[in-house]
Amino acid sequence: MNNLFVYLEIEDGIVGDVSLELLTKGRTLADQLKCKLEAVAAGYKLDKIGEQVFPFGVDTLYLADDKRLAPYTTLPHTSLLVNLFKEEKPQIAFMGATSIGRDLGPRVSSALFSGLTADCTSLEIGTYEDKKAGKVYDNLLYQIRPAFGGNIVATIVNPDCRPQMATVREGVMKKEIRNAKHVGKTVIMDVAKYVPDTDFVIEVIERHMEKSKLNIKGSPIIVSGGYGVGSADNFKLLFELAATLGAEVGASRAAVDAGFADHERQIGQTGTTVRPKLYIACGISGQIQHIAGMQESAMIIAINNDPKAPINAIADYVITGSIEEVLPKMIKFYKKNSK
Amino acid sequence: MSFKIVVLAKQVPDTRNVGKDAMKADGTVNRAALPAIYNPEDLNALEQALRLKSQVAGATVHVLTMGPARAAEIIRESMYRGADGGYLLSGREFAGSDTLATSYALACAIRKMGKVDVIVCGRQAIDGDTAQVGPQVAEKLGMPQITYAEEILDCTASKITVKRRLERGVEVVSGPIPMVVTVNSSAPECRPRHAKLTLKYKRAATLTEKQDAGADYTDLYTVHPYLTITEWGINDIEHDIKWLGLTGSPTKVKQIENVVFTAKESKRLTANDEEIEDLMKELIANHTIG
Ligand SMILES: Cc1cc2nc3c(=O)[nH]c(=O)nc-3n(C[C@H](O)[C@H](O)[C@H](O)COP(=O)(O)OP(=O)(O)OC[C@H]3O[C@@H](n4cnc5c(N)ncnc54)[C@H](O)[C@@H]3O)c2cc1C
Repeated sequence: MNNLFVYLEIEDGIVGDVSLELLTKGRTLADQLKCKLEAVAAGYKLDKIGEQVFPFGVDTLYLADDKRLAPYTTLPHTSLLVNLFKEEKPQIAFMGATSIGRDLGPRVSSALFSGLTADCTSLEIGTYEDKKAGKVYDNLLYQIRPAFGGNIVATIVNPDCRPQMATVREGVMKKEIRNAKHVGKTVIMDVAKYVPDTDFVIEVIERHMEKSKLNIKGSPIIVSGGYGVGSADNFKLLFELAATLGAEVGASRAAVDAGFADHERQIGQTGTTVRPKLYIACGISGQIQHIAGMQESAMIIAINNDPKAPINAIADYVITGSIEEVLPKMIKFYKKNSK
Repeated sequence: MSFKIVVLAKQVPDTRNVGKDAMKADGTVNRAALPAIYNPEDLNALEQALRLKSQVAGATVHVLTMGPARAAEIIRESMYRGADGGYLLSGREFAGSDTLATSYALACAIRKMGKVDVIVCGRQAIDGDTAQVGPQVAEKLGMPQITYAEEILDCTASKITVKRRLERGVEVVSGPIPMVVTVNSSAPECRPRHAKLTLKYKRAATLTEKQDAGADYTDLYTVHPYLTITEWGINDIEHDIKWLGLTGSPTKVKQIENVVFTAKESKRLTANDEEIEDLMKELIANHTIG
């Protein structure tokens, strides 16, 4: 009762990184709350899940092993969680902000009337005072996410409804093994008891999953472009610099929306979170949603023709100039000086 | 046979253009400087709905939007592109709604429409990016859902087949009618306004708009009933007040903080040759690059 749950995303018997990252965060918060960390796996042939998640400090693993639960479809996984949560009354539940978590989370939160915050960039425990009602709540989950309207961050709480739910994107939280030898308890769920047959209404006719060709997250150097790059054509300059440095190309949402770069390249709160050795921000103003996805880069170079661009505040090197002028020079002088 | 398609659409501030111009000196957005637009993915949804209409016999497309009086623009815009009409759900009781309270209100409005076969909406709105309302409306109505749709491949009176574009792949799925479908931006763009329809529906209006426009309107709308955009307030939908607005919203904003980035000590350079060359040398020397 009153524990912290993580829904595990599973593809081909492998637990997704996003879920392991949530377990890592969940373990820390559960310690703080002095509650258990519990994980739910729904799918088929789940015998290898335990060994993957127990090292992250999972106290209880619920296994719903049924051929019909893989691949993921909405209703059965929803019923499984909703009915399990009705029994177990978790105080907190996390899911990945992935195409599965964002399909499942809202459905579960609606069925349980519990608040859900999408794309959190930080999760903490704290108190909340409802001044109007004269009530103080201890140990609430702070769901922190950038808010629309300039460089502001909103802290969202669900004072009265349980579980307090949040989704987080892959890469936002760190993944860290707690204890390689730890083995928790496994509970085998009787799927028929939780999921009515009438839930199996969606037929998956075709399915092609592929590993993304891009590896922005893993690239040590990222050359990233914003709306200030001006055009898809100008983006070629970024690709050229990236090719020269052995880097990947990233983009802001404004650049993606304008069609300068593919959506897969978006960096930020609702894109990918990166921590490269070097991040070169070209024509990016530095709104909080973007910063949220790259501020932990070891070194940041900002190239912007506005000397007062907000991105400059977090940059190690600020180059005031236009990308048309600066990028060709960087390419030229890199080539000249590298052996 | 009738086949009713409802599109859920939202009017949003154009967050894509929050550039320098829209920023105030204190670093927050000057909302007034942002145009209100048709949420982009809802336009993708409208296009899917209009295509469906031409495939399924007897199909109609209606747009439902919740928002202030001016959100009726969204409905007119939809009619210019081929929708048959729409509903505006408006009232201060809906203010302060989080996604759950919004979904409840929309679900109440949809229930009032009678038999609805397919509900199509954009995956998410650009002012929040939460992607929650579609699935929550589906749950409230007890309907299944297909999210991340890129294309509705086929639809009959009893079954719909959809291609989904996921983060890491594609899926083709089929399921029963009624169904909620949420559409991605990777779906085909919405068709432009149709000249004849734009003329035909130019004066389409809600009751509030008609009243604001002044006296001489009744005739026009009696002769052309299709020019009336249905406007519903709280009393037009069957509801339980506790699920609406602030009380129906489990999430509360604890605080909003202005983020002040702890300024690093940055080196300032200009674009001149020497400075760029020195920078590149430095980065090579300390093994950041190369
Ligand atoms: C819910 C939500 C989620 C979001 N998620 C993300 C996200 O994940 N990632 C993200 O990036 N954004 C996200 N955004 C958008 C974010 O708020 C900003 O709108 C966006 O990051 C701005 O992109 P930009 O810096 O490229 O464009 P702008 O803010 O328009 O900045 C362009 C910059 O280019 C400079 N410039 C112009 N011309 C030149 C030139 N020739 N040479 C050099 N510099 C030049 C300008 O001085 C300016 O600083 C989100 C917004 C919302 C509401």
